Amino acid sequence: MTIGLEHYLTVAAALFVIGIFGIFLNRKNVIIILMSVELMLLSVNINLVAFSAFLGDLTGQVFTLFILTVAAAEAAIGLAILVCFFRNRGTIAVEDINVMKG
Amino acid sequence: MIGSDLAILIPEIVLALFAMGALLGAVYTSKDGLAPALTWGTAILFVVMAFYIGVTGTGTREAFGGMFVDDAFARFAKVTILLSAAAVLLIGLDRMARSDILRFEYPILVTLAVIGMMMMVSAGDLMALYMGLELQSLALYVVASLRRDSVRSTEAGLKYFILGALSSGLLLYGASLVYGYAGTTLFSGIIETATAGEMPVGLLIGLVFVMAGLAFKVSAVPFHMWTPDVYEGAPTPITALFATAPKVAAMALFARVVHDAFGGAVGDWQQIVAFLAVVSMFLGAIAAIGQTDIKRLMAYSSISHMGFALMGLASGTQQGVEAMLIYMAIYVTMNIGTFAFILSMEKDGRPVTEISALSSFASREGTKALALLVLMFSLAGVPPLVGFFGKYAVLWAAVEAGMAWLAIAGVIASVIGAYYYLRIVYLMYFGEDREGLDGRMGVLQYAGLMVMAALIALAWLPGINLLGLEGMAAAAAETLVR
Repeated sequence: MTIGLEHYLTVAAALFVIGIFGIFLNRKNVIIILMSVELMLLSVNINLVAFSAFLGDLTGQVFTLFILTVAAAEAAIGLAILVCFFRNRGTIAVEDINVMKG
Repeated sequence: MIGSDLAILIPEIVLALFAMGALLGAVYTSKDGLAPALTWGTAILFVVMAFYIGVTGTGTREAFGGMFVDDAFARFAKVTILLSAAAVLLIGLDRMARSDILRFEYPILVTLAVIGMMMMVSAGDLMALYMGLELQSLALYVVASLRRDSVRSTEAGLKYFILGALSSGLLLYGASLVYGYAGTTLFSGIIETATAGEMPVGLLIGLVFVMAGLAFKVSAVPFHMWTPDVYEGAPTPITALFATAPKVAAMALFARVVHDAFGGAVGDWQQIVAFLAVVSMFLGAIAAIGQTDIKRLMAYSSISHMGFALMGLASGTQQGVEAMLIYMAIYVTMNIGTFAFILSMEKDGRPVTEISALSSFASREGTKALALLVLMFSLAGVPPLVGFFGKYAVLWAAVEAGMAWLAIAGVIASVIGAYYYLRIVYLMYFGEDREGLDGRMGVLQYAGLMVMAALIALAWLPGINLLGLEGMAAAAAETLVR
């Protein structure tokens, strides 16, 4: 069996859905949410690289590099905010992020 | 070649150099002692750049092979963003200083966010769109949690970060599908695929994901859940920022994506935007009724207003984009005035945000109460105040585009929404007399409140004609919708 574009897209879609479910169904820890966000961005990268190879066009890989860079910056900021939150609240359990209703 | 490209980006480059220079300068000198001067400098630079863009900008220019577009639409949005960000910096200065959170990072982060917003409205490519959006979002995540020692502020930042990252993920997944099925990330290339015969299903799915990501940024229902918490938790000067410039940028970006990249396929996105508009208007109007905190109330109010702006976009016509731009400019004016007042709400030297504190406010502070009354009536859309003309423009655009049902829904939602604005006016004038607010208002806040209220009350007069807003918006819409 040859591995075609659709296989890559299926894997990416599966990873993306796992990432979204990780954010909404996880009731334990904010770190898991950060990991899920990362998973979503990486699934997008798989998509872009697969399309780039399929189309014979480099733009997708350039886009991937941008996403990798921004994802690193995003994780750094997310962790920084999380550390501040932990200092104030003493916990990072998802169910304890509830000072404000909603 | 590269020189002419860079010449188009002069405002962004100047702001970026300023941000980096200010960062270095502040680190090597007195740090936070520099903050008030830096905030003033940033605000003045924003105003100068707004004038530079407004006066020198002509025609449509493209840089970097069409990735960055400078046209009348981008300039309209940029001027609105820069002026509103400058106003927000100044009205928040006094409160920031007294709450002891006026750090030198604040104006710098706002500058970076504004550069991101300017990138967003000028984006001609999915990559430029993403980079602009992230530059804006990352800076805003940090300012939301600027009060590091407060649970509320850090929680607001954390919620904003998580949901913002989720929306970026949705948008990116859509962008990857659009790239795959259109074969390019340039909007000018995407529109060729979108208009050539039947739109590929993958492209359509990509469009839906991109729109979901953008709906998060404009806080349209059903992607609005972060808005009330972030508005309530963030320090008030920063809430004022969230309610103004980023909303204009996200709405302009929304318009740019649907018209520049998918302009030929209006039927494919029209229903989605119309749906977002209707549910936003109604949820914003109904959920605000039970609120007791004025910042939460303003959050639901902004959700409802975004619904109206999206109604203009849902028309899918040039008139609709024009109406949306007029609506956003008026919305920003009203919000700056209202937040100038909210920033001055104090009791015994502590900030107050309960609506009940406004009880019988008019008997003590007649002028300020009158100014707030004008703003509230305008937010509710009562004629002849300027807010009415914004609503009129979007409703008329919807009717002209054959979406009368949307306009009728808008009228009903605005009648429901009027209740909570009028409740504030009722409390101020007829509420029972009790110990209320006692804080003095800073000069800048007073000026902000009075200037915005005067604009709202008087700009509709025949000689003033909304300060030529309609003509500028029409020129901007013309370059976008072809």
